[in-house]
Amino acid sequence: MSDITKQSLTELVENIKNKKLSSTDVTKAFIDRSEKSEKLNAYITNDFTSALDKAKKFDQKPNLDLKLPGIPMAVKDLFCTKDIKTTAGSKILNNFVPTYESTVTENIWNEGAILLGKLNCDEFAMGSSNETSFFGNVQSPIDKNLVPGGSSGGSASAVAGQLTPVTIGTDTGGSIRQPASFTGIVGLKPTYGSCSRYGIVAFASSLDQAGPMAQNVKDCALLHEVISSYDPKDSTSIDFKRNHYSKELTNNIKGKKIGIPKEYRVDGMPKEIEDLWQKGTQYIKDCGAETIDISLPNTSYALPTYYIVAPAEASSNLARYDGVKYGFRAKGENLIDMYEKTRSEGFGAEVQRRIMIGTYVLSSGYYDAYYLKAQKVRRLIKNDFDEAYKKVDAILTPSTPSSAFKIGEKTNDPVSMYLNDIFTVPVNLAGLPGISIPAGHDAKGYPLGLQIIGKAFDEQNILNIAYAMEEKINFKNKITDWWIK
Amino acid sequence: MSKKDSEYLINRKDNQYEVVIGLEVHAQVLSESKLFSTSATKFGAEPNTQVSLVDAAFPGMLPVINEFCVKQAIKTGIGLNAKINKRSVFDRKNYFYADLPQGYQISQFKDPIVGEGKVILDMPNGQKEVGIERLHLEQDAGKSIHDLDPQNTFVDLNRSGVALMEIVSKPDLRSPDEVNAYIKKLRSIMRYLGTCDGNMQEGSLRADVNVSVRPKGSKEFGTRCEIKNVNSIKFMQMAIEYEANRQVDLIEEGKSIDQETRLFDTKKNETRSMRSKEDAHDYRYFPDPDLLPLEVSEKFIEELKNDIPELPDDKKKRFIEEFKLSSYEANILVSDIDTAKYFEEVVAKMGKNKDIKLAVNWITGELFAVLNSKGLEISQSPVSAKNFAILINLIKNGTISGKIAKTVFELMIDGDKDPQKIVEEKGLKQQSDPKALEALIDKIINDNREKAIEYKQGKEKLFGFFVGQAMKASGGKANPQLINEILKKKL
Repeated sequence: MSDITKQSLTELVENIKNKKLSSTDVTKAFIDRSEKSEKLNAYITNDFTSALDKAKKFDQKPNLDLKLPGIPMAVKDLFCTKDIKTTAGSKILNNFVPTYESTVTENIWNEGAILLGKLNCDEFAMGSSNETSFFGNVQSPIDKNLVPGGSSGGSASAVAGQLTPVTIGTDTGGSIRQPASFTGIVGLKPTYGSCSRYGIVAFASSLDQAGPMAQNVKDCALLHEVISSYDPKDSTSIDFKRNHYSKELTNNIKGKKIGIPKEYRVDGMPKEIEDLWQKGTQYIKDCGAETIDISLPNTSYALPTYYIVAPAEASSNLARYDGVKYGFRAKGENLIDMYEKTRSEGFGAEVQRRIMIGTYVLSSGYYDAYYLKAQKVRRLIKNDFDEAYKKVDAILTPSTPSSAFKIGEKTNDPVSMYLNDIFTVPVNLAGLPGISIPAGHDAKGYPLGLQIIGKAFDEQNILNIAYAMEEKINFKNKITDWWIK
Repeated sequence: MSKKDSEYLINRKDNQYEVVIGLEVHAQVLSESKLFSTSATKFGAEPNTQVSLVDAAFPGMLPVINEFCVKQAIKTGIGLNAKINKRSVFDRKNYFYADLPQGYQISQFKDPIVGEGKVILDMPNGQKEVGIERLHLEQDAGKSIHDLDPQNTFVDLNRSGVALMEIVSKPDLRSPDEVNAYIKKLRSIMRYLGTCDGNMQEGSLRADVNVSVRPKGSKEFGTRCEIKNVNSIKFMQMAIEYEANRQVDLIEEGKSIDQETRLFDTKKNETRSMRSKEDAHDYRYFPDPDLLPLEVSEKFIEELKNDIPELPDDKKKRFIEEFKLSSYEANILVSDIDTAKYFEEVVAKMGKNKDIKLAVNWITGELFAVLNSKGLEISQSPVSAKNFAILINLIKNGTISGKIAKTVFELMIDGDKDPQKIVEEKGLKQQSDPKALEALIDKIINDNREKAIEYKQGKEKLFGFFVGQAMKASGGKANPQLINEILKKKL
C-alpha cells in the first residue's frame, strides 16, 4: 500500500481503470499519509471521512470513463467548496461554509475526483512563503523549517509530500509557479480567462487564475484539461477551443524557437540559478529546438506595476469582508467601530498592508500617478511579449531568483519577499500561460525550477516543451519523509 | 418673488437672483432581473427574498451584465436624443455601508453608456430645451431600516443590485416649475419606451437636486449645493424654493455659500447640511476588473432604434396635424402614454364619421373627472375605449343629447356597459321624429294659448318656457335642435 502515494496521477488513473487499485485503496493511502503528515500543516480542513465514503460509493458503481475516476484530491482553501468550510487562510472567513461550489472544483468532481480536504495558503493568497496564513505556516517536505513558497504553499507541500496525487492552486503573481519551483514539482499558470474564477475567493481579479500542480508534466496536462472551461458565470472567461492537453502531449519540439530574455539576468541572482538557466537552454537544444536571445525591455517595471495593480484590486475585492453578512465579526460601539475592529482583528498584517497600499494608490490625487500609470506600464509589458512572440514560440526563464528560504527569514522584509515574484509577475500582468518545472538542485540540495512562458491560449505548446525538457532533465525530488516519525 | 412672464426670480431689496438647477435623476430600469444577477426585482416582496449570492457579495461571486438592462439604457438614450457610446466602462465606486454588500457600487464613471442629449419642455410661455449631460448604468444599494429596533439596524437586500439609470441634466433649469415639467417629461419618455415605470412612490424615480443662485444677468455660476435623494416632484420644488432662498439670504448677509451635500427634511420643509466638500467621500473609482468594457455594435443600436415607439413630441405633432387639436389639448393627451393610447383607441373605434373634438372634450372632462374621483389611472378606466367611442358616436349622430349622454355615462361606469344597450333599455333615445314632435308642440301651444299670444306680442323670453315644456313632455329625450326649429315655426 505504501507505494500508492508515490504513484503519479496518470499511473493511479490507469491502475483504477485496470481495476488493479480501487478508489478506496487509493483514497485510504492518501488519507493515511496525510494523517501522518500533520507536521507539514498542509491542511486547513480535512474531509477524510466523507472522502472515504465517496470512494466506497465510487467503487460500488465505478464510472471508468471519467478522467479522474475515484481519484482523491485536496485543493487550495481559496476555492469555495459546497458545505465545506472555506477560509482563504484568513481569520475573517474562519467560520465560512459556502453553499456553492467553484466552477473549477465542480469540473474536477464531475470527472470523478473526490475531495480530501482544503489546503493551507497565504491569507487571501497574499504571500510568497505561506507564512501569512491565519492557520500557521506550512513546512516544506524538502527540509525542516523551509518554506514551501506561496501562496499555494499547502498545495505545493501536499503534492511534493505525496498527501494528494495532484492539486490546484491559484496564481496571481506566481503563487503556483514559485511554490512548485521551491518544492520540486510542476505548476501551470494558465492563460487569463481559460479557467473560471467563479467561486474562487478573489485577490486581484485581473490577475487571478487557477491552475494545476502535479508531480510531472503529464499529470499537469491531464488536470488542466479537466479544469479549463468556458464559464458564462465569469465575464472574463474566454470561449476558445480547448485542447485535450494530455492526449495531445508530445515531446517532439523540433524546430520550436525558444526566447531567452536578457532582462531576466537580474543583479544578485545566485550563480547556480544562472547555471541552471544555461543548462535549460542546452536541454532545449538537445530536444532539437532553437534558442534565440530576445529582449523584454520593460521587465524591471513589472514588480512595481504588480504591487500597484494587485493591491488596488485587492483593497476593493476585500471590502466585502466587513462583518455584516458572513464571516468573523467583532463587537463595536457602532457600525464604523464594528468595521474597524472586525477588519483589524480579522485580517493579518500582510493583508492589511496591501489593503492600505491599494487604498492609497486609488485615492483621488494619487490615482493618475500610480494606478493609471501602472495600467499603462502593464500594457507596455504586454507589448514586449507580443513583440517577442513575433520571433519565438515560447520563452525560457528561471522560475525564481533563488531556491526556497528558511521560515522566518524574510517575514520582516516585505520587499525582499516581494522580489521572489520577479520572474513570475510579468506573466500575470500580460495574462499569459507559464509553467514551472523542476530542473535541478542548488548546493543545499533544494529544488530549482525553470519557467516556460507561452503565447496566450498556447498551453499545449508550453506543456509539450516542458514534457520534452522533463525527459532530458530527469529530475528526482529528494523527499526524505523527515516529518514522519 | 416675482413670476413675471413666468420668469422665476428671488427678490431682495434692490437685487434680483436667478436660480440655476441641475438634476441627477435615478430611474430604476424596468427589468425582471437585476443588473448583474438573475434575482427578481419585484417591488414590495418580503425582505431579503430577492437576493442572490452575487447581490449579497459572497466570496468568489462575480457580476454578469444583464443584456436587457443595457438595451433599456440605450433605448432611453435614444429617447433623450442622445449620443450612444459604443464603448462604455463599468467602474467600482468604493465606500463602506451596511446595505452595500460588496463594499463598492458598480457604476459608470468616466465612460458612460449614453452621452449628451436633450429634452424639450412645453412651458406656458413656449418651449424650453434642457441639455442632458449623460446617462449611465449603475447598481442600486440595499435598504437600511433603522426604525424596527432601538438598538439594531436591519438590512433588506432586495434592492441590492437592481439596475438604475442615472440621468444627469446640464444646469439648464431655472425654476421649480421647470423642474416639474422636466421630471414629468423624462417620466413620460421612459414610460413610452417602457424603460422605467416612473413610479415615485415606489422609489423607481428619485433625484439629487443641484441648486445655486446668481444675480440676474450674471453669466457665472454660483456655488452649488446638492440636495440628496428627493423622491417626489412636490418635495423637489419645496426643497429648491427653500434652498434658493437660503443661499440668497447668505449672499445678502455678505456670507459665502459652502459647497456641500444637503438633505431635505420634508416635515420641517428645510434643507440641512449632510456633509461638506471636505468630508466628501473619496470613492476611489477604478474600472471593475470583473467586467470587460461594454461594447455594442452599430447594428445593435440600429435594431434598438427600429424598436423605438412614437415618442410624446412626435405624437403631439401628429395629433395637432392629423386631428387638428390645439397644442394644449395635444399636450394633455400625449403627456401620459396610457392617455394617448386610450385616446387613439377611441379615435380608431369611432369609425369614419367621427367627432374628435367631442371625444377630446369628453376624455379631458367627464372621463378625467370620474378617474379623479375614483383615484384611478386611465389604464384602469371603468369605461373601455370601445364603449367610450360608441357613446361619443351616439351624441354625434344625434341618437342622444349631450345631457342624456351624461346620464348614460354614469350608468356605463358600473361594469363597462354598452351605451347603446343602456339607451335602448332605458328608452333614452332622442326623439327626432318631426311629426311626433310637432304633435307634441301643438298640444303644448294649445294648452298655453295665452302665453303663446304674449310671446307673439313680443315677450320673447317665453320661448325658453316653451322649450322647457316640450323637453319635459318628452321626458328630456326630444332633440333640442328640432324643438327649437318647430317652435319658431309654430309660434
